[in-house]
Amino acid sequence: MDTLINQLKRVAPTATLVMALAAGTVLQSCNSTGGNAKDGAVDADAAKAVYVAPGQHDELYSFLSGGFNGQVSVYGIPSGRLLKVIPVFTQFAENGYGYNEETKPMLMTSHGFVPWDDLHHPKLSRTDGMADGKFLYVNGNNTPRVAKVDLTTFETVEIMEIPNSAGNHCSPYPTNNNEYILAGTRFSVPLDLEKGGIADESLVDYKDKFRGSISFIKTNEDDGHMELDFQILVPGFDYDLANGGKGPSNDWVFFTTYNTEKAGTLKELGASQNDRDYLAAVNWKLAAKYAAEGKTHEMPANYYHNTLDHGSHQAKSTVKKSVRYLLPEECPGMMYLIPAPKSPHGIDVDPTGEYMVVNGKLASSLPVFSFSKMQKAIENKEFDGEVNGIPVFKYESVLHAEVKEPGLGPLHTEFDGKGFAYSTMFVSSEVVKWSLEDFQVKDRMDVYYSPGHLMIPGGDTKDPYGKYMVVMNKITKDRYLPTGPELLHSAQLIDISGDKMKMLLDFPTLAEPHYAQAIRADLVAPNSVKFYKLDQNTHPEAVKNEKDVSVTRAGRKVKVNMTSIRSHFTPDNIEGIQVGDTVIFHVTNLEQDWDVPHGFAIMGANNAETLIMPGATQSLRWVPKQAGIYPFYCTDFCSALHQEMQGYVRVSPRGSNVPIKFSTGEKKPVPPATASVD
Amino acid sequence: MKAYHKLLMLVASLSLGLLFLFPMWKIYLEAPQYPEGLELHIWVNKLAGSSESVLQNFNILNHYIGMEPIHAESFAELKIMPYIVIAFMVAGVIIAFIGKPRLVLYWVIALMIAGAVGITDFYLWLHKFGTNLNPEAPIKVPGMTYIPPLLGSKQLLNFHALSLPAWGSLGILLAVVIAGLVYFFSRKVELYTVKR
Repeated sequence: MDTLINQLKRVAPTATLVMALAAGTVLQSCNSTGGNAKDGAVDADAAKAVYVAPGQHDELYSFLSGGFNGQVSVYGIPSGRLLKVIPVFTQFAENGYGYNEETKPMLMTSHGFVPWDDLHHPKLSRTDGMADGKFLYVNGNNTPRVAKVDLTTFETVEIMEIPNSAGNHCSPYPTNNNEYILAGTRFSVPLDLEKGGIADESLVDYKDKFRGSISFIKTNEDDGHMELDFQILVPGFDYDLANGGKGPSNDWVFFTTYNTEKAGTLKELGASQNDRDYLAAVNWKLAAKYAAEGKTHEMPANYYHNTLDHGSHQAKSTVKKSVRYLLPEECPGMMYLIPAPKSPHGIDVDPTGEYMVVNGKLASSLPVFSFSKMQKAIENKEFDGEVNGIPVFKYESVLHAEVKEPGLGPLHTEFDGKGFAYSTMFVSSEVVKWSLEDFQVKDRMDVYYSPGHLMIPGGDTKDPYGKYMVVMNKITKDRYLPTGPELLHSAQLIDISGDKMKMLLDFPTLAEPHYAQAIRADLVAPNSVKFYKLDQNTHPEAVKNEKDVSVTRAGRKVKVNMTSIRSHFTPDNIEGIQVGDTVIFHVTNLEQDWDVPHGFAIMGANNAETLIMPGATQSLRWVPKQAGIYPFYCTDFCSALHQEMQGYVRVSPRGSNVPIKFSTGEKKPVPPATASVD
Repeated sequence: MKAYHKLLMLVASLSLGLLFLFPMWKIYLEAPQYPEGLELHIWVNKLAGSSESVLQNFNILNHYIGMEPIHAESFAELKIMPYIVIAFMVAGVIIAFIGKPRLVLYWVIALMIAGAVGITDFYLWLHKFGTNLNPEAPIKVPGMTYIPPLLGSKQLLNFHALSLPAWGSLGILLAVVIAGLVYFFSRKVELYTVKR
């Protein structure tokens, strides 16, 4: 049995290459201007299944990660309509996120201001094992960070930097009641346990000095903010993906690892030498218990925690200076390793919590491990040695079944809650449906092209919504009208309600979705905020009445506290600014109505615009470099007289005696608009 | 007056209390940009609406045509009316205890006059706001005035306005009808007893 698998393993890379070449040929031969001939496979009633009539709402919200755009895209399902782009780790000139004074601290890290990241995995917050529609957690891969998006406002409200990590790929994974959000490092790095941080070591010493870390982020009960409770310092592998157990396996989280060879260079070869890498099983509850019992060590650290205040809409950064850690060798029973097919990607636990499916991207079968067998193996000590004091199970003692010939390049699996699993096959470019009873393949469908992840709403929870599946592909080629060398990625919506999968819709997605989450619209929509209450605006520079606007100078800094309301700014004539002044416009949008944002932009600003939601205050920094008149205007078409919503700033030479002066309107000023509070 | 007449008179007086629980009048505005509608609620003591900031939103929309902003403070009526209503309620209760049909009649007539004055006052306000427009208004349509309907509907540029009495006014109506009946029946009873 074992030798057969090994033989297959040895053949698999060759077979993969042959298939990839063959696939390339097929693609080229189909490359006509009329789209793809395989479209014929779409049922005639597919259009009806995805048609959401004008004015009607979608059944589900889906949150697709944007990968290298550092954002989250929100699509309606089944229509595939783009509803919103949420900037998280990336500056967003469209609304001023990361450009205005309020949100700049969100992107602060121990490396300074980092205006970009690679956002891979969205995960919805959970209550009782189900997505509760309150928050969306996402990871920043490049400069390790975990962010929280508030689903009442669809805004990023918190970003936590992860110390002792490099490449926060294996992240973020909430436990079933949001007890912890787990984040594992992709790159192991040498850690300086004395001085803290990543040490300056020779790359030759990879094997001895490099370590990985798994962070346990807690939701603080006092203010709801994230808090890095402790880390587990793990062997210096690469940690790829994770998923939590459920039901009987509730207390466990499983992590796929690769490069267990601990190669420090040319990892494509170096990390592919062992026939098996590991699935790390971590008992998070026991880890928390060890941490609470004082088994942790403490080391210096330096990491940022940025939070956006709900009332003032201002972000602030706090710098944390230490972190606690556990060592697996000192915590018996907390961590085990399961041998898994070479360089696995996804690890997915079925809705019952009994099966752990490992998607070995180079393997020719899909191994399904059994949680109850794992428990027995722990009891009977069926181990095959240990790594850094962590017991390694015998493969056979935890293996339940293998899905034979599922396809080439299995990456990720989700479940429909009706006894079936669906796995993406990157190399053979298909989705495969298989049974959790007999572990036989039941159906397969081509997708276009090379799927990475797939998503069934709730497909990672105990109770999936087994009606739709979204497959996110890495290659687009001829799926849409060509747009030059750079194409949007493609996603396909598939009906999984019947025996056979049915292709419903093909839609382009922003940047590179790596994973997605979806949730029934009625769990999110009713809580959506329409505007911010002006009388709850606690921004220190807010102006709630046009009578209170001001322009004040303090040295070379000038503060403009102004308002916007349909269709004018107050003030809209400002004088007394001098070349080289640092001017900060604090603009309060006095509107108290849904969907009336006002924008603010000024000529020549080395900055973006800022888009101010009703009731909020936002601040834009501007340093004029030349004397003259500088117009500013509202950038978001707000009303019939939007085009008239503009003003002027007079900038005089440095040292000029033009006094500070500001006004709106002449003799008969426009009636001052006041916030009405009934 | 018999006991049940007195009781009914008490009910008539107390039904005016509806004015403190519900608006008297509602003006509904609908426009393409306001699919959810905008409602201005006129209470005996305040102005409110379908949302907290309805007055501000009314004023923003109205300033384009040069209408004066509506503020609750500019209406002395909103300060006086509650006392008038309370006075009517107290008087009604006293009359119920005294039990003189003639007093009931006076009460009903006074209430009807007060109601008529109120509606006339309301109309005058609507007229004032709808016609007293700032000559420098950004939007000027020659000959156009913007008097909202007192009762029923009217198209005002992109807005469809509908104006209807609300539950609070029902309080006045109930008071008038019930007290009227009390007068009618108690008088009959009295005439009958006098004749006999």
